[in-house]
Amino acid sequence: MSLLLPEISLVVFAFIVIVFDLLNKKAVLPWLSVAGVVVAAIFAIAMWGLNTTSFAGMLFVDSFSIFFKYLFLVVALLIILSSRDYVPKFARFQGEYYALVLLSSAGMMLMAATGELISIYIALELTSISLYILASFLKDTRSSEAGLKYLLLGAISSAMLLYGMALVYGLTGSTHLGNIAAAITTRGVTGDPALLLGIVFMVAGFGFKIAAVPFQMWVPDVYEGSPTPVVAYLSVASKAAGFAVILRVFYGAFGPPLSISLDWALLFAVLAAVSMTVGNVVALVQGNIKRMMGYSSIAQAGYLMVGLATLSVLGRSGLVFFLASYAVTNLGAFFAIIAISNKTNSDQIEDFAGIARRSPWLAAVLALCLISLIGLPPTAGFIAKVYLFSAAVQDGLLWLVIIAVINSVISAFYYLRVVKVMYLGTPASEERVPSSGAMRFALGVSGLAVLFIGVLPGYILQLAQAVAKVFPS
Amino acid sequence: MNIPYLSLIVFLPLVGAILIALMPRPGDRTVKLTAALFALASLALSIVVFLGFDRSVPVGAGIQPQFEEIASWIPAIKVSYHLGVDGISLPMLGLTTFLGFLSVLVSWKIKLRVKEYFIWLLLLETGILGVFTALDLVLFFLFWEVELIPMYMLISIWGTGRKEYSAIKFVIYTLVGSALMLAGILSLYFLTGSFDMTRLLMTGAGAAAISIFFLIFAAFAIKLPVFPLHTWLPDAHTDAPTAVSVILAGVLLKMGGYGMIRISVSIFPDVAHRFAPILVIFAIVSVLYGAVVTVRQTDLKRLIAYSSVSHMGYVLLGIFALSQVSLTGAALQMFSHGVVTGLLFAMVGLVYDKTHTRSIPRLGGLARQMPIIVVVFSVAGLASLGLPGTSGFAAEFLVFVGSFSSTAFDGIRFYVILGVAGIVVTAGYILWMLQRVFYGPPLDAYNGVGDADTLERVTIFSLVAAIMLIGIYPRLLTDIINLGVIPVVSRLGG
Repeated sequence: MSLLLPEISLVVFAFIVIVFDLLNKKAVLPWLSVAGVVVAAIFAIAMWGLNTTSFAGMLFVDSFSIFFKYLFLVVALLIILSSRDYVPKFARFQGEYYALVLLSSAGMMLMAATGELISIYIALELTSISLYILASFLKDTRSSEAGLKYLLLGAISSAMLLYGMALVYGLTGSTHLGNIAAAITTRGVTGDPALLLGIVFMVAGFGFKIAAVPFQMWVPDVYEGSPTPVVAYLSVASKAAGFAVILRVFYGAFGPPLSISLDWALLFAVLAAVSMTVGNVVALVQGNIKRMMGYSSIAQAGYLMVGLATLSVLGRSGLVFFLASYAVTNLGAFFAIIAISNKTNSDQIEDFAGIARRSPWLAAVLALCLISLIGLPPTAGFIAKVYLFSAAVQDGLLWLVIIAVINSVISAFYYLRVVKVMYLGTPASEERVPSSGAMRFALGVSGLAVLFIGVLPGYILQLAQAVAKVFPS
Repeated sequence: MNIPYLSLIVFLPLVGAILIALMPRPGDRTVKLTAALFALASLALSIVVFLGFDRSVPVGAGIQPQFEEIASWIPAIKVSYHLGVDGISLPMLGLTTFLGFLSVLVSWKIKLRVKEYFIWLLLLETGILGVFTALDLVLFFLFWEVELIPMYMLISIWGTGRKEYSAIKFVIYTLVGSALMLAGILSLYFLTGSFDMTRLLMTGAGAAAISIFFLIFAAFAIKLPVFPLHTWLPDAHTDAPTAVSVILAGVLLKMGGYGMIRISVSIFPDVAHRFAPILVIFAIVSVLYGAVVTVRQTDLKRLIAYSSVSHMGYVLLGIFALSQVSLTGAALQMFSHGVVTGLLFAMVGLVYDKTHTRSIPRLGGLARQMPIIVVVFSVAGLASLGLPGTSGFAAEFLVFVGSFSSTAFDGIRFYVILGVAGIVVTAGYILWMLQRVFYGPPLDAYNGVGDADTLERVTIFSLVAAIMLIGIYPRLLTDIINLGVIPVVSRLGG
């Protein structure tokens, strides 16, 4: 039970926040949520180095799940800090906002920690339902449409996921990931088309979460309509959680040396190539920055899936490192976008004109994060791409790497367009873009992290390797 | 005491850029003086390195870097922070710091967004210095990419004409090249297990070696540039601000040539042998095509830009003639062209500052109104066409003699002769341009436009001095270049 303390503390604080909102103490809400995250972090730090299971093997506490706990907690903290300027816009339910963030974080932490299909599903639903509600928080037509679309498409994909899980259970007689792997060999169902079908359905269900093509149709509308801090949260945490689950399930249950691993590795390679290309090409024509970032996150999911296609420890550690780098990069970009859109009251790229003159540091952080998304030095994105692509080349996926680097060139065009508008355009007014201390802290942390990981990646790389070694092979 | 000279040289401009960025509301003069100070510091240190370079002949076939600095950076994929200079990179290092400092001086009259301008300029200098000193492929690639964003910002904000188009064209062309180079570098690592440029060697011309060679070569071919991948060059050169054109033509293009020597020929000698004939043909096409197109230009800056395509063709010829003399000539031509074309662009900038036009038909007879500019421009033009006594002659002579006597493949003499014909065309357009713009009857429109002022004179005279010095005593550089070329030639099998 004590192994669940981080998640439990998040849930407890979520309820405390709701109660305080009822008591009308609005000013203290964000700090309560921060306290909740800090308490959970303390418990998680105390757990570092453990390697056990609990609840009859349903809960894994190893470096993999602990790393993701840290990731989600840091993301949640930064999101809460950056929402401080945004939340007072909501007339009611401010407490519920923070509570939902905490609850979905708890769900994500569970997603990375469970080793059993039904628990994965439950954790996924806990996360997703909180996110559906968060997406529609603005209560205007766009936000409600975003929330509804997210809910409907999410429900369908959850159903597909469950169906895939049912097929796998039917063939192997167990829902524990380790037992599934053993059962596949003993029952000799490796070549069974039903198993492959089950895996494909599960890919569909998880693919929705990570915004991979062809499961990405929800992304542009949800990204455009939801409140921007929620979009930031979605783009980073939800994607990371999705990849954590995929890593856990596919390497835990269907991993090498089972021959079926070659099949799903190839599937991910193809999905990766398609996602990158579709995401980057469609992003070229977007005029709304949130929509553009939506397509950019589809493309980034493509790059991340290259790590899944490699079936090696180097590929896995590359994926985890890329996730960490992507997290700080995307958060930094979105925080800057939140601050700027708050002032200009617009999400159109052309309204970002001349921001470099009005708020040079804000523009600099956004430019730095966009450059990191392209993958240019000296940012974290550069190291992540070199590391991940070297793993892919080592595994004989040179064709995929060439597609990926060409895609990076295509993406440069639309990322640089935003940089160009900020630095070259004439601003509509000369006022500074205001941002609260909390927002500036969040921005500073993200920006510095992008540079730090880009110049001294050693520590995060070692962490990523430790995480990847959890799975044998 | 082991002072890390190279790290200091590479990163001092970056420190300067960060310092300027952190200054709260600095005056224009402060920014310019800071930038000049840091660029001068790099220049001074590079002179120290130049003088301290050990000129005794190396033993062994490997690259013998000096002032070496090595530290493990990303142990997981065996990437290290490895800097060093040898005979080939030392002149390039000197050229970069020299032109870097001079470009700060050339930019002295900038008025628009001064602080940002010098931040980007200094960042650019760090990137280029890193390319010439890096001895680890990932580090090389990193510095290669660093120069992209500063160039984009510099051209698109402070440029003229179709600046945004030219800037994004430059970025996309370069990025495509570097994308392919990354794929090649990673494949090379996969096959050999190392990123160390001093030790890598892929013998044989199998399919793997050929494909990796061309993946990496693509980036250098776009950068040099080689016909037909040169179309970004006229736009970028013409629309960039003067100082950026100086750096672009003077130093950035040399990154391509340097990469070809350091990586393409040194690591893949057998593939280089096999494809030398085709690449020499491309070199001659670049020379002739560049020269012929230049004749037709009516914009002074565009004329000089196209002439770079032609001159870099000599570099490509020298490299892929694969002989000791021709490689030395190619490296010397890189240095010489850097100084000469840097001077040419600086002069065009001066003429434009005074007369507010770059159009050759509209200019004329300026010898009366701006005598100093005319003399220096003429010297630069004559160096460009390879007049004996200038560095251009020394370099081109070495390239031609080396290529003519090369045993790389039969029939190379025919191509060299064609290449020499390019000099005739070069003489044609340079002299014609000089005559139309400067000599001839003076036009009343330009009465009283003023000549070069003190700062400008310092800049252009130092460049002239460099041209003359190397022209009269090329041994200053060729002795050093030779040291770097010998290991390459021994890998090629003599």
